[in-house]
Amino acid sequence: MAKTVDDLIPGETGIVKQHRVKGTLGKHLREMGLVNGTPIKLERKAPLGYPVEIRIQGFSLALRKEEAQAIELE
Amino acid sequence: MEKLKFLLAGNPNVGKSTVFNHLTGMKQHVGNWPGKTVELKSGGFTFDNYDIEIIDLPGNYSLTPYSVEEQVSRDAIIHEDNDAVINVIDAENIQRNLYLTLQIMETGANTILCVNMLNYAEEAGFKIDVKKLEKTLGIPVVVVDAREGIGLDDLIKTSIKAAKNPSDNSSKLTYGFELDDHISEVIRLFPNLKIGTAPKSWIAVKLLEGDDEVLDLAEKSPDKENLRKVTEIRKHLEGIFDANVDDAFIDARYGEIESVMKQCVEKPKGDKVTITDRIDRIVTNKYLGLPIFLLIVFLIFEITYTIGAPFQDLIDEGWGILCGWLLEIFGEGLVSSLLINGVIGGVGGVLTFLPIIFILFFLLSLVEDIGYLARAAFVIDRVMYKLMGLSGKSFIPMILGLGCGVTGIMSTRTLSNESDRISTMLAIPFISCSARVPIYALFTAAFFSDPFTQSVVTFALYILGMIVAIIVAKVLKSSVFADEAAPFIMELPPYRIPTLKSAVLHMWERGFLFIKKAGTIILGTSVLVWLLANLPPGVEYGSINSIIGIVGNWVAPIFEPLGFGFWQAAVALVFGIMAKEIVVSTFGTLFTISEDDQEGITGVLGQMFTPLSAISFMVFTLLYVPCFAALAAIKEESNSWKWMLLSVAICCGVAYLLSLIVYQGGLLLGFS
Repeated sequence: MAKTVDDLIPGETGIVKQHRVKGTLGKHLREMGLVNGTPIKLERKAPLGYPVEIRIQGFSLALRKEEAQAIELE
Repeated sequence: MEKLKFLLAGNPNVGKSTVFNHLTGMKQHVGNWPGKTVELKSGGFTFDNYDIEIIDLPGNYSLTPYSVEEQVSRDAIIHEDNDAVINVIDAENIQRNLYLTLQIMETGANTILCVNMLNYAEEAGFKIDVKKLEKTLGIPVVVVDAREGIGLDDLIKTSIKAAKNPSDNSSKLTYGFELDDHISEVIRLFPNLKIGTAPKSWIAVKLLEGDDEVLDLAEKSPDKENLRKVTEIRKHLEGIFDANVDDAFIDARYGEIESVMKQCVEKPKGDKVTITDRIDRIVTNKYLGLPIFLLIVFLIFEITYTIGAPFQDLIDEGWGILCGWLLEIFGEGLVSSLLINGVIGGVGGVLTFLPIIFILFFLLSLVEDIGYLARAAFVIDRVMYKLMGLSGKSFIPMILGLGCGVTGIMSTRTLSNESDRISTMLAIPFISCSARVPIYALFTAAFFSDPFTQSVVTFALYILGMIVAIIVAKVLKSSVFADEAAPFIMELPPYRIPTLKSAVLHMWERGFLFIKKAGTIILGTSVLVWLLANLPPGVEYGSINSIIGIVGNWVAPIFEPLGFGFWQAAVALVFGIMAKEIVVSTFGTLFTISEDDQEGITGVLGQMFTPLSAISFMVFTLLYVPCFAALAAIKEESNSWKWMLLSVAICCGVAYLLSLIVYQGGLLLGFS
């Protein structure tokens, strides 16, 4: 199993290897700068565990569990 | 005066609306894009002898048409005549913002870059060389502070200058040797394909990316057999890049952005703890997050309805005085009846919503501008997603529905995708609004002497409404909108100090729109109901001999299985569509009992209903068609009769079914 964003602990940073987020959402994320090689930081988790807040390209984004698990890290 | 038309484009949360508000002030027109649920904002102003029209496009991260919003923006840029496209960017997020900038430039649009919030960026440690940026991108760059209104004159001057000397900036873009080469090849394959004002290179890029719309047009062009060659090129490129061609283009754009950034922008070193960070640590805290969220939602709800209520009463009293006055002038007769029962009864009742709409949108606008709305959605998303397949943003409209469905439906504008908007909108009418309270109060008091049972019945009705709302939303999301992947992409923008101007403008705009649009539908239907209650000439208002009474008598048997198959109930339900609380007063009118004579009404009800059929009737009034105002709001917000009619159908179906289950089930269990 490759390491994914879901495995990061709050405050930890990883580098995007590839993401398997399907369809529209996947394209959207790529267009928002989630391209391979981008540093990605897990900022925090919502009180109920999900969504998680990630930081890429200098801005914060909320991701649900499925998407967090689909972003593989180096 | 010469006329110019500018389009305003940009990512969400970059201050685009602030720029728009500053430029146009109160001279705004808010409507919908033709046939879409997407809001269309336009406005005009004069500047140096130019008559300038400006259109505020939806906030987008890209121009790839994944959603209605992006489609609208792209169509406007390519097909709508315009003299310039002003692209507002947030300096602190320049890297991601430039992606849209490049896509706009690709369309050949006459682009002006408007850099906003440079002061925040500089505070955060960014250094942006504006002159260099202008040279590297090859388009005019203007720095503005939209909040303070600084630099906007310069922005317009630059835009006018650019409009006089339009330039197609697409030729300056490069995607790297391999892609550029094949773009030229595709251009040669389709010499006759023309789409709006877009240059040939844009068409070629879209063909390579596999854009559905452009492929369809190519299919109809004389060179359509060349599409096979395009497919071959795509295969070839996929082999080289080991990725989809559209992904290769995305990477290429980010590659270009990287090089622009290297030349013009110095990024801050290291991670500083920002104020936003500090606030987020508290408001999204594991233990504090939910309580804070609930407190804020409670405050919005309380402030809206407690401050609004006295004003509502005031307006109500005003109508009362007006009615008395009209009665004096016209005497008791058809004219006064039309004005009092028809016009004021319908429209006047609806206008009492205005204070709460004003207050609500003022508050919502503040919460959104500050940046908390995104955090609220972040905190509650998991619950909403698990329960109904909706995003956390649907929570606030649903809760507002407890006060008044109209405000709830109108606040679905804060939701970012169409399927969430429509599903939420159609679920809200089932949530028990405050107008149903008088009905519950009357019926529970009449049939259940014990106050505890009264509360239990009322509470059960509220819970029933919520369960139905959840099921309806869930079913809609998994049936009608099953194909539409609702992307949950929510940015958590930095906290900002809100401006009063933006909140007031927002409040005014929503309130005014409500009066104007909802008013026309409601006036028409109210007068129609009045006519039906007064025809044929000479009948007593709403009696069994009037058309409404005849129709009531005719449809009454339909309600027999539900336990209330008499004409008075049917007529009360028809009147109830004007506003739910009218159900109560209708019973009074039909039995010529004064509205304040609670005991009289209670006595009459006791003869017609049993406790079981009373519950069945309450279930029906809870769930059947919402009031005209709510229907008008659905029509207005969804911009289509289709969704409004679907709402009517779902409401009637669900109400009938559940009342039937309650009544027949109750009979089987031995209740009466």
